[in-house]
Amino acid sequence: MALSTVAPSAAAPDWPAALKDATITAAIALALGIFVSGFRTFDQGGLKFDYLIVDVLVACVVIFVGRLGLTLSSSAPVATLGLGVAALLAAAASFAAGKSSFMPSVFLSVVCAGAGLLLVIRGGWALAGRSGGGAQAIHQGGSALSQAMRLAFPWLGAGLFTFAVVMPFLPFADQRVMDLAILILTYVMLGWGLNIVVGLAGLLDLGYVAFYAVGAYTYALISTQHGLSFWVCLPIAGMMAAFFGILLGFPVLRLRGDYLAIVTLGFGEIIRIVLLNWIDFTKGPDGVGGIPGATLLGHPFAETAPEGTTTFHQWMGIDFNANHRLIFLYFVILALAMITNFVTLRLRRLPVGRAWEALREDEIACQALGINPTNTKLTAFAIGAMFAGFAGSFFAAKQRFISPESFVFIESAIILAIVVLGGMGSQLGVVLAAVILIGLPEWFRDLGQFRMVSFGLAMVLIMVFKPGGLIAHRDPTIRLHPANSRSGGR
Amino acid sequence: MTAPLIRVQHLTMRFGGLVAIDNVSFEGAPGAITAIIGPNGAGKTTVFNCITGFYRPTVGRLALNHAGGEFLLERMPGHEIARRAKVARTFQNIRLFPGMSVLENLLVAQHNKLMLASGYSVLGILGVGGYGAAERAAIDKARGWLERIGLLEHADRRAGELPYGSQRRLEIARAMCTDPVLLCLDEPAAGLNNRESAELNELLLSIRERDKVGVLLIEHDMSVVMTISDHIVVLDYGRKIAEGAPAQVRGDPAVIRAYLGEDETTPEAAHG
Repeated sequence: MALSTVAPSAAAPDWPAALKDATITAAIALALGIFVSGFRTFDQGGLKFDYLIVDVLVACVVIFVGRLGLTLSSSAPVATLGLGVAALLAAAASFAAGKSSFMPSVFLSVVCAGAGLLLVIRGGWALAGRSGGGAQAIHQGGSALSQAMRLAFPWLGAGLFTFAVVMPFLPFADQRVMDLAILILTYVMLGWGLNIVVGLAGLLDLGYVAFYAVGAYTYALISTQHGLSFWVCLPIAGMMAAFFGILLGFPVLRLRGDYLAIVTLGFGEIIRIVLLNWIDFTKGPDGVGGIPGATLLGHPFAETAPEGTTTFHQWMGIDFNANHRLIFLYFVILALAMITNFVTLRLRRLPVGRAWEALREDEIACQALGINPTNTKLTAFAIGAMFAGFAGSFFAAKQRFISPESFVFIESAIILAIVVLGGMGSQLGVVLAAVILIGLPEWFRDLGQFRMVSFGLAMVLIMVFKPGGLIAHRDPTIRLHPANSRSGGR
Repeated sequence: MTAPLIRVQHLTMRFGGLVAIDNVSFEGAPGAITAIIGPNGAGKTTVFNCITGFYRPTVGRLALNHAGGEFLLERMPGHEIARRAKVARTFQNIRLFPGMSVLENLLVAQHNKLMLASGYSVLGILGVGGYGAAERAAIDKARGWLERIGLLEHADRRAGELPYGSQRRLEIARAMCTDPVLLCLDEPAAGLNNRESAELNELLLSIRERDKVGVLLIEHDMSVVMTISDHIVVLDYGRKIAEGAPAQVRGDPAVIRAYLGEDETTPEAAHG
């Protein structure tokens, strides 16, 4: 064995114990898996069994190897490395063999490759830590990496923004990509809005979609019944949503934590049910259709202009192209989202933003410092709701049709998931999480039934490896010693 | 004695059938340190919670007098007591904002002043008005306090990662940043070692001398209480059993029986 070559400080690996442990793990996996995955029923003139015992056995072998490798990673990293390479080779051979592979399914090959990769990383990591000064190097490398990431954050933001601006003109930006980009940006904006309430002020709001609905219906009803344009309705929709935020906030903001969450959840449902049942006003489940789209300086994006207007392509003197409308909508939502971002970043550095964060940290201490907790929470609620209202009115202008079905609880849950996964209070984190949570399920439509599994897997992986969210780091809003490296090093 | 800064009259606090404070009256002079001592459960923190508006007293009047007028604290909500009556407090279990930096903690304490300067955020977002100057003034004030408590170089660290003794001092500095006329300190020396207690004595004396702020002090550490107090109020089972100058209270038989113990050099024996 190559084990004897490692540094003398290492404890000798306890092979029998490791083997026993791995055997037990594999046996448990077998016992659990055989009933869950070992049989498959199918209908062929009566219910029949399909036996998948081989699948389960192969999975158990992979589990045995993986467990053995993980156990040995601290005492015998070389063995871990070897097992990992073996697993990777096996997976590669299986992929190369294609249909005639010894692996019963592609899924198992993928699992095997994943296990091999994990073992190689663990083994390599432990080995690097072993060799003289390796641990030190890793530690320094780690802190240098986090330091570099911290420095890169502002540039990353600027880079993403630049990319977002030029994206519609890049060759790959077809209609599908643009649609997806608009969808993602809408969720980014909603995430940024909710970030004020949840991330900064620490108020768990499970009914955020209600304000989105208020904004959407405000625009839809005013524009269809009174003929006001998108740009006039936008501020009205924001104000209406903020008004509803205050309306909800007054009675409930003295509640804390779970209780507040339940009340906001109820509020979200109340709004949806009112929209569904107040048929005279909202047309109920039929929804509001024929909503006018947004115009650019009064020029609609359409093939033929309504009376008294010229369409965008006539005005510009170019040929009609359906993509123009998408590109225009894209820039509208980009601008709205960037306004949200700008206002949030600005507010964070103002006393009200610091008071929000202080409230999140300790409400009683805030009160002792003369901060009015109710008013401070109300501002957070109202401002968050206002941005949801803007986003809602954009949504109505883009879809041209809205119904209560668009504002169900799962929307609130997704927006909240974006904020939490992104890292509470982190603006960049919201962008990354929105791309992952909204973008991945769209890109992975080809995966068919595995699409939602990949969604769940992404969430689980983020929470396991980054429990504080993708970007959990918080920079102080103000520094006394701007070039102080000491505070960074600690 | 000049007119009292705070006059507590017939303060009674009942929780259901439990009488936590029973008809307690005392006064705190401006620019003086008034200590409230007594065994655990005597009702000392309840007195603080009544003064700072966390509890509404069952009976009694809490009158605070300063240049800004007279305030009846029992009628005011907690945040108004801090903002208008200018009463600041610290907590027995430290209540900093642990995730925020040391400097941010001190800026949050100056919230109301800064809020006004930022035009309730409207002008602040647009970047007009005198917010920049107000913020610089607030930072200067925070810097002054950080120097006094010896945390200047740690200004940008998270408050939660400071050592325990520094957190205690920071909480006092944060309370002082609200420009109080009365500072209520709930066991500021708890958990401090001898050197840190001595530093605390210095700090409290300088708050009395330099800032002319009246201090109400709850403390078990007799080395702190007996050294710096101008006046001591002793509570036991919610009642006031003695009151007076340190020397006078130290020799009071009722106090020795209830709290200090026969051997007054080991007051800790009385806590258990």
